[in-house]
Amino acid sequence: MSERVGVYVCHCGTNIAGVIEVEALAQWAKENLPGVTVARDYRFMCSSLGQELIQEDIRKEGLTRVVVAACSPHLHEKTFRTACANAGLNPYLCHMASLREQVSWVTENKALADEKAKALLAGAVRRVQLQEPLEPTEVPVNPTTMVVGAGIAGIQSALELAEAGDQVILVEREPSIGGHMAQFDKTFPTLDCSACILTPKMSDVGLHPNIRLLSYSEVEQVTGYVGNFQVRVRKKARSVKEEACTGCGICIDKCPKKVVDEVFEAGIGYRKAIYRPFPQAVPKFPVIDRESCIYFERGTCKACEKFCPTNAIDFTQADEYMDLDVGNIILATGYDLFDCTKLPQYGYSRLANVFTSLEFERMCNAAGPTEGKIVLRDGVTTPKSVALIHCVGSRDKRHHPYCSAVCCMSALKFGHLVMEKTGAEVYSFYIDMRPLHKNYEEFYDRLQQEGMHFVRGRVAEVTDAARMPGEDGKLIIQAEDTLIGRQRRVPVDMVVLLGALQPRADAREVALRFGISCSIDNWFTERHPKLDPVATMTDGVFIAGTCQGPKDIPDSVSQGAAAAARVQGMITSGTVLIEPIVAHIDEARCSGCRICNALCPFNAIDYLEDKAVSEINAALCKGCGTCVAACPAQAITGNHFTYDQIVAEIEGVLYDAVLVNGAHAPKLPDLLEPAGTAVRQESHR
Amino acid sequence: MSETAFEPKIVGFLCNWCSYRAADLAGTARIKYEPNVRILRVMCSGRIEPSFVLKAFALGADGVMIAGCHPGECHYLEQNYKTMRRFEMLRHTLRAMGMEDDRLRLQWASAAEGAALAKAINDMVDRVRKLGPLTWSKQWSEDSGRVDAVRRMAEEHAEAMEVPA
Repeated sequence: MSERVGVYVCHCGTNIAGVIEVEALAQWAKENLPGVTVARDYRFMCSSLGQELIQEDIRKEGLTRVVVAACSPHLHEKTFRTACANAGLNPYLCHMASLREQVSWVTENKALADEKAKALLAGAVRRVQLQEPLEPTEVPVNPTTMVVGAGIAGIQSALELAEAGDQVILVEREPSIGGHMAQFDKTFPTLDCSACILTPKMSDVGLHPNIRLLSYSEVEQVTGYVGNFQVRVRKKARSVKEEACTGCGICIDKCPKKVVDEVFEAGIGYRKAIYRPFPQAVPKFPVIDRESCIYFERGTCKACEKFCPTNAIDFTQADEYMDLDVGNIILATGYDLFDCTKLPQYGYSRLANVFTSLEFERMCNAAGPTEGKIVLRDGVTTPKSVALIHCVGSRDKRHHPYCSAVCCMSALKFGHLVMEKTGAEVYSFYIDMRPLHKNYEEFYDRLQQEGMHFVRGRVAEVTDAARMPGEDGKLIIQAEDTLIGRQRRVPVDMVVLLGALQPRADAREVALRFGISCSIDNWFTERHPKLDPVATMTDGVFIAGTCQGPKDIPDSVSQGAAAAARVQGMITSGTVLIEPIVAHIDEARCSGCRICNALCPFNAIDYLEDKAVSEINAALCKGCGTCVAACPAQAITGNHFTYDQIVAEIEGVLYDAVLVNGAHAPKLPDLLEPAGTAVRQESHR
Repeated sequence: MSETAFEPKIVGFLCNWCSYRAADLAGTARIKYEPNVRILRVMCSGRIEPSFVLKAFALGADGVMIAGCHPGECHYLEQNYKTMRRFEMLRHTLRAMGMEDDRLRLQWASAAEGAALAKAINDMVDRVRKLGPLTWSKQWSEDSGRVDAVRRMAEEHAEAMEVPA
């Protein structure tokens, strides 16, 4: 079988032609590379005229393979594949050699650039002849979407989809939706009341006919593939029958057990053993915390049951498992706050009046434990001076190297609230002020005018060891003021640590469950850092909000909406094409050794007990090829990256290599032989 | 390439998602580096069979670079860890056969590390240039070399080859 290869060398204006002798290269290919029927050079191959050139040759010259030597395949592979397909050639019979990114733009010596270009072209021409036609498979898309995490990003995604008429299943781990935003008092820079803008959206979610809300629930398992996921959700036992409960709250009033609320009140407030995190919680049903409930501890009490007017309490309720079919998944699982005890020099948990930012948010919140009064840990004393320490755990190589993006603005907001509510002096200790978005810089200006003190320098220590007059009974901030070049000791009554935003403690586990990847820091990785910020490498799984990286509320909302738009696109088109670059197993060659089974992180390989062979589920296979490389029997073929194709490319790029046993590489015509003949034997001589 | 000075030929296997994109970025940023590495694209460094590396050496390559995403950043979750294992195994074997370590390199490069990849390529080309052409298979064609190599391998793997009592 001899293929008719067309070679097209692109000038890319002068980007390629300015370094490589493109005409000579095309001529060389025609004369020296076996299989080449047509070789042309053209100013811009990606232009419509350039594409027509290829299409005309496919029709008139009967080309069976096309090699475009131009830019990176990441830029124009799709362009040329489509051009080939439009002329009736299977798109997977087209291959690109990256002369621009890998040769002309990076090579100084023109003669050496020509050499390298020849090698890359030889590899491509040799490889393309072994490429096989492939067809993507088309599968339907289930129009129901699952959104995981009902903070502001997830709420936005769910509402966008529901408003467009699509069904949404919204899964939230906590008893109520709302996420971190529900805990905040004010939002920067507008100083809007956080609850006032969030709770209407929360009730929209609760009432929307297209949204099925599964609160106090967690995703246990995900199987399937884009358009057709099966998700197992565990609905944790609330001990309250949702169909009977009216949300009147009498049970909460009557419950005799009070516990510290570590989640919603950030450890500075109390809740009952049967509780709703906050009054506007959605859904309104309370939940019994079985760890602290007296009945579950000692077997008596049942106060809630006695007083419930609708008999909604059910102590015997068990976790419920649901298997749900969805087409797409949006992950909006949010962030955790940095554990400030990891920086003992700042004294959190050792010095009473050192607070975290989340504790401070709850304190400022009128619905919080102090009813909005800013007071010291004793609960009564109003501070006369407050220090805000930025970058606690952020921009710190020992903890998180990244900037947490929101702390500067939070600090400005806190400063404003402290001055407004108490008139105290406020000191902000910052490394750099980063008020990046719309109206943020103006807010910074405003706080400077309001009299907040800014000290540029990372704080060395917070201590209660007084050394100077006026430091007794105070917390002393020791820091270098880098703007005046001096060490300063600032005595204050209260310290607020603006802790880093960090990935959820179980982010890696969750990523694995949904088949997506994490960065080194454990943030979920987007498909492209600039051009595809909400998709992931796993088709059908999208990310929004702070699970992808630190960001503020407007950015989270934008991402939530963007993810919804991406999902809607999938729903509207109704079907999705699955890339045919997957692996498959030749049953006849498989020995059933199962080496490949454990290598697949996507669980795409099943072992068939009856036939004693392994089988790959093409819909789950992502095409990495790791199993292909591992199969001792070479029973697995990786489409488009087969053994023969890759070896042919190696042979091609080394066409001019001098063999180590002293003989020169076989003359070019020998390369025409199918891979695995002349060249290989020679090398083993 | 001139007749006198030795210019190594190096085959680079780059994964589609991180390291190949790093090479793209080096191009876009016009970072100049040595032209000795001829790059092949695979979807994941996990696709790279040890035999591809051996094949490249057999066909006259003086060095082979395997590049992938940083550990923990693999597009396919964790396949680069498998590359890491294979790499160690391969290097162990090649070392036992008398090949210098510098001829085979595993390089992590994220899509943002065009400059780092270019630097790694320059560094590798320098090292291989100093080593000179690969004479490994020449040794293999002479009986004494082969016996030595087998003995070296046996010594290296003595522990693994021990028959339990």
